[in-house]
Amino acid sequence: MLTLDNVHTYYGKSHILHGVSIEVRAGEVVGLLGRNGVGKSTTLKTVMGLVRPSEGSVTFEGREIGGMASHHVAHLGIAWVPEDRRIFRLLSVMENLRTGLDRPGVTEARRTALLDKIYASFPVLAERRNQAGGTLSGGEQQMLAIARAMMLEPKIILLDEPTEGLMPRMVSQIREIIEVLHRDGVAILLVEQNVPLTLEASERVYIMEKGVVRHHAPAADLQANHAVIHQYLGV
Amino acid sequence: MAADRSQEAVAPAGNDRGAASGPILRTEELTMRFGGLTAVNKVSIAIQRGEIRAIIGPNGAGKSTFFNCITGVLRPTSGRIFLNGEDVAGLPPNEVSHKGLARSYQITNILPGASVLENVRIAAQSRRHAWNMVRNRFSFPDVLDRARAVLDSVGLREAEDELAANLSHGAQRNLEIGIALATEPQLLCLDEPTAGMSVSETRITVELVRRIAKDLTIVIVEHDMEVVMGLAKTITVLHYGEVLAEGTPAQIQANPRVQEVYLKT
Amino acid sequence: MGIPFDQILIQTINGLVNGMILALVASGLTLIFGIMDVVNFAHGELVMLGAFTGATTLAVTGNFWLALIVATLAIAAFGAVLQVSTLRPLLGRDPLTTILATFGISLVLQKYALWQWGPSARKLQEPITGQFTLFYLQYPWYRIATALLSAAIIGALYLFLKYGKFGIWIRAAMQDRVMAQAMGIPVPSLHIAVFAIGAGMAAASGVLFGPLAGVTQNIGADFTLRAFIVVVVGGMGNLGGSILASIFISLLEAYASLIVSPSQAVIVSFVALILTLLFRPTGLFVPTPK
Repeated sequence: MLTLDNVHTYYGKSHILHGVSIEVRAGEVVGLLGRNGVGKSTTLKTVMGLVRPSEGSVTFEGREIGGMASHHVAHLGIAWVPEDRRIFRLLSVMENLRTGLDRPGVTEARRTALLDKIYASFPVLAERRNQAGGTLSGGEQQMLAIARAMMLEPKIILLDEPTEGLMPRMVSQIREIIEVLHRDGVAILLVEQNVPLTLEASERVYIMEKGVVRHHAPAADLQANHAVIHQYLGV
Repeated sequence: MAADRSQEAVAPAGNDRGAASGPILRTEELTMRFGGLTAVNKVSIAIQRGEIRAIIGPNGAGKSTFFNCITGVLRPTSGRIFLNGEDVAGLPPNEVSHKGLARSYQITNILPGASVLENVRIAAQSRRHAWNMVRNRFSFPDVLDRARAVLDSVGLREAEDELAANLSHGAQRNLEIGIALATEPQLLCLDEPTAGMSVSETRITVELVRRIAKDLTIVIVEHDMEVVMGLAKTITVLHYGEVLAEGTPAQIQANPRVQEVYLKT
Repeated sequence: MGIPFDQILIQTINGLVNGMILALVASGLTLIFGIMDVVNFAHGELVMLGAFTGATTLAVTGNFWLALIVATLAIAAFGAVLQVSTLRPLLGRDPLTTILATFGISLVLQKYALWQWGPSARKLQEPITGQFTLFYLQYPWYRIATALLSAAIIGALYLFLKYGKFGIWIRAAMQDRVMAQAMGIPVPSLHIAVFAIGAGMAAASGVLFGPLAGVTQNIGADFTLRAFIVVVVGGMGNLGGSILASIFISLLEAYASLIVSPSQAVIVSFVALILTLLFRPTGLFVPTPK
């Protein structure tokens, strides 16, 4: 469903992606591991249209999307949950959700249904629905960022380090949310540095180093293969 | 020269013959707070003359903040920083630079409109004849010689007349190192020098750093483990703003706490 | 001091009236800055063009209110065209570029007005003549009407921003343009819409203020200057702040003109600007950032 083929991306002169090839099929959870600075976030940003690839192609459901403006990418069914969450701090929780909910072609009934479903899955957000986004704790903001992306009813969610900086209890909540999304048939491209979580949640995992994919295997294989993990992720 | 070298690493050459023995850089309970966030928490490390020290750590460990403190970009909340025995905590970057510390930046900081030679020559001139505004800039042969020597050591001598903006990314990053070198530092701080480089460019830079390390002390912040393991004599691992471990590459690799923190196992 | 109380009261009302009209101009300006980081030096010229368009429409139709509507819509449309043709290609460039561009546009517009309408001033007849007695003076109804109308327009803008779907989109884009776009919000179209709204509001204030100050191609500069002072004092991008600041600055000038001549009274606005930049650069009415 989503394919990156030999993608090169630059930030100015800095050559961040040196030919990245990744594939995510419909409904799959795919992990993307790697140390800091290897280009994991840049890969997601390239898909989302926030940076334009200089070479290679990005295709979604057969259509070339490399360099497409990000609001069009969102309309195609790709949602982004960035590394720093980027909640609209001065908007209420409800208004944050509405940025994804107010789309053409969505009936009032459907909107209410979606909202109710989200509030059921995230009771904390229901409680704080009129509070300004900036007043939420880190974990709550992460919930809101994911919920907001779910408002787009996407076919795939690009999740960038959702557990970073969160307490272990919140980390397992994130794990559950990923599971729920997977059951709903939403594909996920999960960028993480938390190895156990990623291996548990994903079906397949790519490992990046220095702007390229160095290893690609089913998660189950990697769980048994500590040497590879240590080589690319450890010290 | 002292007969007993067991306390020191490689004996330094160059212009610090008169300097006191003891670590070239020492921090004492260095702390940096931003409002409620403690980015660096009572970090005390000592870097010996001639070392190559790598500072590593997972995301948010405080590496950049620590770096910015020792190079004068940030004024630490508390703690001391001793450069050659002198407390430099809170001094602005230009003064720290005059005391023998030079730094390269993560975002390339060269002068794109000037030639490669000019970039380095300007830096070299800041050390000698800096205030002489009367004579033509090419009438200081010692400065030109120094600049050319620096270009030799960073492998850019052939490109000396090229416009800096036309260099490849890797060459620009190496030029950045050259500019820092031209200020004749005793301590060279490199901030992610191989960021955005291809594998081959990385190899060239690693070689470069090895070459220049013979006369200097180097502190390097890096994420690329190959670079770190290949270059560093000693590694300091930071985690949540504190020193988690310190030791040789082999010791760090064998340290289970470090693996745990990196792999979150 | 010995200034009679009734003069103070009159100046208070004048200050409030002028403040509301200025708020109409300044809110458009601050909105434009908030959403696209453009410092629009041509904003006063949009006021001026609105006044001229209103005067011409009034001369043709004889109806002031029709002139107000036509001017607002025409200049709003013009603003949209301006944004797409001149400012959109400059998005993301350094602020100096947009400042120079809008400054250039303001020069072009001034000369265009001169060419189109000639050098003599136009007259905009106020629709409501008649005055009411305030102490021993007669105070024009029209001035009160403009203040109320401006307040109504700004009130409508506030409600639009607070509750409507587009309002949420605009507020989201003002806070984080990239994330808003990644949520599917068509930010480029928002830029056009906001610029058009700002231009329309500027044109409306030109028409409303026309009977009070006359219509020449130079009135723009005065408005731009005051609007900028207001936007800085109120906090750039802060709508509520710019409204409060408009009233504050206008009251200051009104009181100052009790002591010095009105043309010298503008000095107090500059003093307010300088003090704000020195001590509370994010804006007088904005809480200091932590």
